[in-house]
Amino acid sequence: MMEKMIFGRFIPGSSFIHKMDPRAKLIFVFAFILLVFVANNIPTYVALIVFTVAVVFVSRIRLYFLINGLKPVMILMIFTFLLHIFFTKGGDVIVHLGFIKIYEEGLKQGIFISTRFLVLVFMTSILTLTTSPISITDGLETLLNPLKKIKVPVHELALMMSIALRFIPTLMDETDKIMKAQMARGSDVTSGPIKERIKAVVPLLIPLFVSAFKRAEDLATAMEVRGYRGGEGRTRYRQLKWGIRDTIALLVLVLLGVALVYLRMNF
Amino acid sequence: MDIKLQEIGYSYAKDTPFEKRALYEVNIDIENGKYHAIIGHTGSGKSTVLQHLNALLKPTEGQIQIGEKVIVAGKKEKDLREVRQKVGIVFQFPEHQLFEETVLKDICFGPMNFGVSEEDAQKRAKHFIQMVGLDEAILEKSPFDLSGGQMRRVAIAGVLAMEPEVVVLDEPTAGLDPRGRQEIMELFYSLHKERNLTMILVTHSMEDAARYADEMTIMHEGRSVMQGEPRKLFSDAQKLAEYRLEVPHIIQFQKSLEAQIGHNLGKLCLTEEELAEEVGKVVRRERDQA
Repeated sequence: MMEKMIFGRFIPGSSFIHKMDPRAKLIFVFAFILLVFVANNIPTYVALIVFTVAVVFVSRIRLYFLINGLKPVMILMIFTFLLHIFFTKGGDVIVHLGFIKIYEEGLKQGIFISTRFLVLVFMTSILTLTTSPISITDGLETLLNPLKKIKVPVHELALMMSIALRFIPTLMDETDKIMKAQMARGSDVTSGPIKERIKAVVPLLIPLFVSAFKRAEDLATAMEVRGYRGGEGRTRYRQLKWGIRDTIALLVLVLLGVALVYLRMNF
Repeated sequence: MDIKLQEIGYSYAKDTPFEKRALYEVNIDIENGKYHAIIGHTGSGKSTVLQHLNALLKPTEGQIQIGEKVIVAGKKEKDLREVRQKVGIVFQFPEHQLFEETVLKDICFGPMNFGVSEEDAQKRAKHFIQMVGLDEAILEKSPFDLSGGQMRRVAIAGVLAMEPEVVVLDEPTAGLDPRGRQEIMELFYSLHKERNLTMILVTHSMEDAARYADEMTIMHEGRSVMQGEPRKLFSDAQKLAEYRLEVPHIIQFQKSLEAQIGHNLGKLCLTEEELAEEVGKVVRRERDQA
């Protein structure tokens, strides 16, 4: 069950996007998220879709992974789509069934918003699929560095993030083990009536919490005995390098932005 | 209860790009009432086999017969409760499964899930807590206040209290001190002898397999490569080395002893006691002749 989870999974590769500096990728994705909101008509959405498809192609990530990443947000997408279909009014009525009226505008908005979700999820999935968690944290820490001036504990935040990411697989393994142990004792979260399943969560969560706290304590002790005292004066093993391809990528994004604004104003 | 694994194959994350093959054509026959050891090097597939024994994992190929129940690859099984009650598993580091407020409740958890009344479950708890060598007073304590060794015993009592017909042990003594190790292993052995429980021991300790098992299966790279009596399997050290296994220390010792005194004992000894007896026989014979 756990092994099918795709979220936050890094797939090593050597594509243009894999080789980009994590800082560039973060800026890229963040700016793209903002750009998505510029789109408001058919040409702009088409442009977004074409751009996303191009990025998917360049990343050489198999579509399987992206579709899988979509699963968790599928319900949200369908929900907003239906919400727009039934409640947005405007334009001609295209379907009339009893008290239900579907307007042209509703359908259009529904499709637009779903597309928005789709491109956002694809883009962010590409970020996490092509960048190792460690580089994402490194990139984030460097990007947020200026905030140190206003006393934001940037290094600590980055450390927390990398520890959290590091322990996701460990906790998953642990969950799997405890789940099996309790299943062998006759309590099963994966099947049976809902009421039974909810009852079976407690025997799973308590041991998981206990071991997570133990692990955290051990980690803290291990860090302390090795003299850890924050990011002060620390050098890095992995140096981030901004290359020509990063500048190119950001320029391409600027072009997309210009194109979107142009399409929005002229159509 | 007999357990028969026939041509079992298993892949983790089947039909995804992360698919990983763990087992190929595994055949194991576990006879009712026997003490069966499954040994193999790390990554040989022992733990995957173990999870098939009470249908926590279902084979992707082949079929398993657990008592009356037959589990065939690709077929949905609804009611596995009975199988899980009859085959109890003591996992590696079983203390991680403790969760209740008191030891008593935790031991009762398994039996009550299988429909035993609270009263009976508590009776069982009292019985099994003594059997694993702990005091009855511990029943009222929180399992999280106990020492590691005590927690292990409580967890074992929790599995035994389900009164399974088959007990599967996955490295039950990992992380214990030598004394605790021996006590726990002796406990399982006496259970096996007294109640005629079928025991399945998954281990990489050749010593434990040699000392306790009636029958032994060797796993190597996801396949079951040999099955037979320990004395027979351990007689071929070369073959074992191919599977990255060593013969028990006591056999190594016997070999070097035989080489030194230039006399063959004629019998492969699986335990220290056995060897001492054989050596004693030789010494007595020599003395009588002199």
